[in-house]
Amino acid sequence: MPAVHDRGGWPNDEPIDRTEHEHAYWEKSTHALLGAIGELRMIVTDELRRGIESLPADEYEKLSYYEKWSASIEKLLVEKNVLTEEEIDAKVREML
Amino acid sequence: MSTEDAVLFQRGDEVRVKEDFPNHHHRTPWFVKGKSGRITDLCGAFPNPETRAYGGTGLPMQPLYRVEFKQSDLWEGESANSSDKLLMDIYQNWLEPA
Repeated sequence: MPAVHDRGGWPNDEPIDRTEHEHAYWEKSTHALLGAIGELRMIVTDELRRGIESLPADEYEKLSYYEKWSASIEKLLVEKNVLTEEEIDAKVREML
Repeated sequence: MSTEDAVLFQRGDEVRVKEDFPNHHHRTPWFVKGKSGRITDLCGAFPNPETRAYGGTGLPMQPLYRVEFKQSDLWEGESANSSDKLLMDIYQNWLEPA
């Protein structure tokens, strides 16, 4: 069985969804965040992909495109000791 | 340490994609593994994504090739009758002579 992200050739009889959609502000911010992190040479594209591909399969299926980016960036920033889970959780609680 | 691995293949070479299924990050999709095709272009050499994904430098850089497959070699059913081709960029460490 191919890994969950390795989608080419998976059987699918559904028509291709060709609807256009605007990205939400947080999605554009996520993309910009990765750009800024990349400028600082903190995370490279290959690491982002590895972070996304290593998400548990059910999470991978559930999360949208930029939610996957966000999950990967979070995982990598913790891995690289830039932030801790506790700092991230505290900030989320503060914002809710 | 050399910054770039030597180029092993050239345009026109018949190559086979290795049938490996490593758990680490790699760029070769499952549906061409074990399949044979023909090199149509040399794309240059790039930092190795398989080591860069884990914080490495990606050196030595890996030659990347455009490989042409017959769709009829890749799929069963309707596509088996197709004369269409599939072009895919594949890194050198995934290729061996066919």
